[in-house]
Amino acid sequence: MASSTNVSNLIAEQRSKSKRRKLEKLVPFILAGAASISVLTTAGILLTLMVETVMFFSEVSFREFFTSTDMQPLNRSDPSFSILPLLSATLLSTVIAMFVAVPVGLTTAVYLSEYATDKARRVLKPIVEVLAGIPTIVYGFFAFTFVTPVLREIIPMLDRTNILSPGIVMGIMIIPMVASLSEDALSSVPNSMREGAMAFGATKFEAVVRVVIPAAISGIIASFVLGISRAIGETMIVTIASGSNKNLTFDITQSMQTMTAYIVEVTSGDAGAGTTAYYSLYAVAITLFFFTLAMNMLAKWISKRFREVY
Amino acid sequence: MTELSMKKNVSIQEQPEEERESVFEAQGVNLWYGQTQALHNIHLKQREQEVTAVIGPSGCGKSTYLKTLNRMVEMNPEVRISGNISYRGRNIFSRRFPVEELRTRVGMVFQKPNPFPKSVFENVAYGPKIHGIRDKQLLEQIVEESLKGAAIWEEVKDRLHENAFGLSGGQQQRLCIARCLAVEPDVILMDEPTSALDPKSTMKVEELVRELKETYSIMIVTHNMQQAARISDRTAFFLNGEVVECDTTDRIFSNPSDDRTEDYITGRFG
Ligand SMILES: Nc1ncnc2c1ncn2[C@@H]1O[C@H](COP(=O)(O)OP(=O)(O)OP(=O)(O)O)[C@@H](O)[C@H]1O
Ligand SMILES: [Mg+2]
Repeated sequence: MASSTNVSNLIAEQRSKSKRRKLEKLVPFILAGAASISVLTTAGILLTLMVETVMFFSEVSFREFFTSTDMQPLNRSDPSFSILPLLSATLLSTVIAMFVAVPVGLTTAVYLSEYATDKARRVLKPIVEVLAGIPTIVYGFFAFTFVTPVLREIIPMLDRTNILSPGIVMGIMIIPMVASLSEDALSSVPNSMREGAMAFGATKFEAVVRVVIPAAISGIIASFVLGISRAIGETMIVTIASGSNKNLTFDITQSMQTMTAYIVEVTSGDAGAGTTAYYSLYAVAITLFFFTLAMNMLAKWISKRFREVY
Repeated sequence: MTELSMKKNVSIQEQPEEERESVFEAQGVNLWYGQTQALHNIHLKQREQEVTAVIGPSGCGKSTYLKTLNRMVEMNPEVRISGNISYRGRNIFSRRFPVEELRTRVGMVFQKPNPFPKSVFENVAYGPKIHGIRDKQLLEQIVEESLKGAAIWEEVKDRLHENAFGLSGGQQQRLCIARCLAVEPDVILMDEPTSALDPKSTMKVEELVRELKETYSIMIVTHNMQQAARISDRTAFFLNGEVVECDTTDRIFSNPSDDRTEDYITGRFG
């Protein structure tokens, strides 16, 4: 052990090599660089949006944009710009989607976490998750060529493009997200809670409704909010199936255009760069951005604020 | 049901003086977890207004037996049971005896305090609420009485609407006892209720058990011999899934009839 080649000497020798030390100093910079890519991208997007939005509001007043009700961006003689028709379409489709996704998603989560046998869970969970992997264009196609015609059999007054059908299909698309996040929240409730609940003569269902779900409520609500955020940002399904009428209405049988679909239309259409219609894109986009940002922050806040520590 | 049990009352009161009415009676109970047998041919009685201590080395089936009495053990789908257990003369495995009814009569306090992540008030009101009691005044009264019954009212009366997780471990355990009292059970099963508590909280729970036995029948699992000696009237000694001996606590601790019992309580094994 006393020889000069003992292990601690070797280690000390290696440690003092300057190459290793230099690398060690570089590592944090490399890592920070990677991390900053997404931060910079976000900042860049936000900056671009803001610059062009400022351009837009130099031509159209804030008041017109947020309080008038007419949206005719491509009307050459008398264009008008109001976000309300787009907003009403986005909100309607989101509400419809959540009407589908919340009950089905939560029920699925409760089934998977509380009732399914291990075997059933192992089969079902991947199937539910496949839904999340389907490209949205397929959903859009499904809404337009299948769901709408079926709905029209039931509701004859339904337009060929309408907000109801893409809303429902969007809900279906969001089910796996709600189901899987809620299921995580439910299964992290310790078994001692269920035992405690049932030891007083609660039936299993009573234990689930009165104890397990309330104990997991923050995670469940966070999953709803993330679902809403997803619905607000969803583009392809509404572009295909809800048409391009910029109607301020709450009639779900009509064709309406969401904020996202509007962006698609104007970007792919013939609004030339520099026109007011072109700049309006950015004003709509930034509104959309703030909505989804707010939803994501809300979800974070909810799951932090109401998290139960067992 | 009441009529039936009344008749039962009469007939049992005619038995010898020392014998109180039995609440639970296990006859030849065997229990398997999958292939491994955890209980072997258990014969045991729990009598009214008595505290029975269940002692024995780790893994001998104490918790399993307790959970069999309120049928919580069957939440594990692997479990198979044979033999007979009657609660006040009714077969607990009978189809005509809903398990929810049994569990309303037979409360349980767990080893680790397991309050719900709700307020102190909601924790205690939970049991009455699931059984359909809605009246606010009545609920308030039940909560107060139960908390008093569990000797924790003074400590929590000003924080009834705070989250129960904010209480200390000892307070949480007494809250769980209060939660259990709120549905006015007949029997209380306690599985090492003080093993997670400090000596002072332990003393409080022990005092409480002594008070509660005036009204309830209690079966308590403990690893603490002094505790068993202090609070119980009878003691059942379990070993490897069998009941070696069940007798008055005095007899078990002074003059047990089985050598293994003596070895265990004098600390020679287990
Ligand atoms: N869920 C289970 N699955 C399989 N075997 C089990 C299960 N629970 C308990 N056992 C087995 O049953 C036997 C009795 O366990 P039990 O928990 O009743 O012991 P215990 O006397 O309460 O022990 P302790 O004093 O450590 O709490 C043990 O051998 C244990 O390994
Ligand atoms: Mg145990």
